[in-house]
Amino acid sequence: MPAIRCRGLVKRYGDKVAVDGVDLEVATGECFGLLGPNGAGKTTTVEMIEGLYQPNAGSIELFGLPWGKGQDGDIRERFGVQLQETQLADKLTVAEVLRLFRSFYRRGRSVDELITLLALEEERNRYFSRLSGGQKQRVAVGCALVGDPELLFLDEPTTGLDPRARKSLWSIVERYREQGRSVLLTTHYMEEASALCDRVAVMDQGKIIALGTPRALVDSLGMVQFVEFEVTRPLSEAPLQALPSVDSLVNRGNHYRLRVDRSLAALRAVLEELERQGVQPIGLSTHQATLDDVFLHLTGRALEQQTEPA
Amino acid sequence: MNDSPSPLGELVKARVREFMREPGYVFWVFGFPVLLAVGLGIAFREKPPELPRVGVVAEADPARTSALFSAEKLLLAERLPRAQAERALARTKIDLLVDAQPDALVLRFDPAQERSRLARAAAVDVLQRGAGRRDVLEMREQTVSEVGSRYVDFLVPGLIGLNLMGSSMWGIGFNLVLARKRRLLRRYAVTPMHRTHFLLAYFFSRSIFLALELGLLIGFGKLFFGTHIRGSVLDVVVLGVVGAASFAAISLIVGSRLDNTEVANGWMNFVMLPMWILSGSFFSYERFPEWLRLPIRLLPLTAVNDALRAVYNDGASLLGVGFELGVLLTWGAVGFLVAIKAFRWQ
Repeated sequence: MPAIRCRGLVKRYGDKVAVDGVDLEVATGECFGLLGPNGAGKTTTVEMIEGLYQPNAGSIELFGLPWGKGQDGDIRERFGVQLQETQLADKLTVAEVLRLFRSFYRRGRSVDELITLLALEEERNRYFSRLSGGQKQRVAVGCALVGDPELLFLDEPTTGLDPRARKSLWSIVERYREQGRSVLLTTHYMEEASALCDRVAVMDQGKIIALGTPRALVDSLGMVQFVEFEVTRPLSEAPLQALPSVDSLVNRGNHYRLRVDRSLAALRAVLEELERQGVQPIGLSTHQATLDDVFLHLTGRALEQQTEPA
Repeated sequence: MNDSPSPLGELVKARVREFMREPGYVFWVFGFPVLLAVGLGIAFREKPPELPRVGVVAEADPARTSALFSAEKLLLAERLPRAQAERALARTKIDLLVDAQPDALVLRFDPAQERSRLARAAAVDVLQRGAGRRDVLEMREQTVSEVGSRYVDFLVPGLIGLNLMGSSMWGIGFNLVLARKRRLLRRYAVTPMHRTHFLLAYFFSRSIFLALELGLLIGFGKLFFGTHIRGSVLDVVVLGVVGAASFAAISLIVGSRLDNTEVANGWMNFVMLPMWILSGSFFSYERFPEWLRLPIRLLPLTAVNDALRAVYNDGASLLGVGFELGVLLTWGAVGFLVAIKAFRWQ
């Protein structure tokens, strides 16, 4: 029995179709990532699955149970949610917020246990409003874990967090997964999806445009690698593009990004052409394809600029 | 630590804590009404009425008006040069001008001014008696200044009513809008929390604050102004609960869908401002024209104020304020039903 199964989800707001026929299945024990830029329909999809909105069409089942058949309360006992941009009570302490959320569930974890898990011992009696962004987000995830759920929803859990806070949140999620529990995560950080997810679905304009393991999606681009460098004076692009091993060339200002065959020969050909033109490449690097490249390939648009370079 | 806390208990505790930890809320609910009572109580404290001021034309024969100057308990007289006296009358610095003309004493005043008419009556009396008039009827005077008929006795129940309205409207309606804006409501909605617990928590936390507010204002009125409840204290409490519930229902409507605090602010004022003006918290609505009075009496704040005053000052029972109770219960029931229908968690 999968943790989540949806078929043909559609959500319209007036003329605008936010979610346009999404099929989705998250197996028990799986961490599934929904990727895509802002406005792709990820949050709407997830909030329909959580039972916050009714879809205009399509079916949703959690643990094999549909919404609205008299079992909503039982379903809600079994999952935990971290919503995007929720401001929990300002003038309650960390322990008070967790205890409040704990009270809503029949069974669950103790507040002390959670505070240790979240590494918030020192902030235990601090008001929520006085926490840092990363600490607030950890409390939000703590509120999602408080009912000891089988399924965890995380909606952009690390947006706006610094790399350290992000890693600390990831480790909480990884520890939760060790118990064989399921996660549905939305993110626009490809790095986050690669780090946490078993499978990812790429969403764009309300539709799923690709689905698979991060590895498989990357490999779908073929045996390619990327060469990036900067130049101090212009270079003529045509001879580079004419090289048989070069697939494509993207130029932003004086920054170049070439997609080439994954071979030494291909790299050598590029370097020889630069030498022939007398161009000194600065900060030359090569890397394997990432999910960002997959998105770029699928949509012809860059996903976003917020991702830190790997 | 107990690991299965009660959801209702925790929700109520959270509401109470959030309130008590916000100094602004505490001031507006508890400090402000007390300050208002002190300020208005001092401004309108009982003081001897000001005597009518009578100007006497200095150029005229002083002997004919001398009686005015030996009646300092009834009026304040002063001699003024004619031109200055005319000006003083025009600017209502004096209420009456007395001029001794050859054929008669001339009293000049503006009959539209109540004080001028009082001044005229007093001056006529003093002058006639001074000239030897004898009263033919025997009369005795008794003056009253009883607890229950002073301005503060009128004011304190009105302030209780105002406070019930304000704290219910802001404490429930606005608080819901804020929680929706912060997406806290939808966060609750994805937990197994019982929806009834959520509403009951508002009810209970409101009741706790209601008890404190009532205690504070009743106690303050008693200690500071010596106001006295002639009816039963229990009836005042019942009216407080019914009134708060009725305002709570109205505020639930305002809070049922909005997620923008500025818009909510506007609606709160739209609901409350007419009642501030019309419902007779500070002065009697009897001053409004006749045709407006029934609509005014149908407003919940008017009903609370009237009922509280009746119990406070006239010793009425709950039966005696049946009309007001009916108004409040109707607002409460209708408001609650509309709010439940309209309520959105998102």
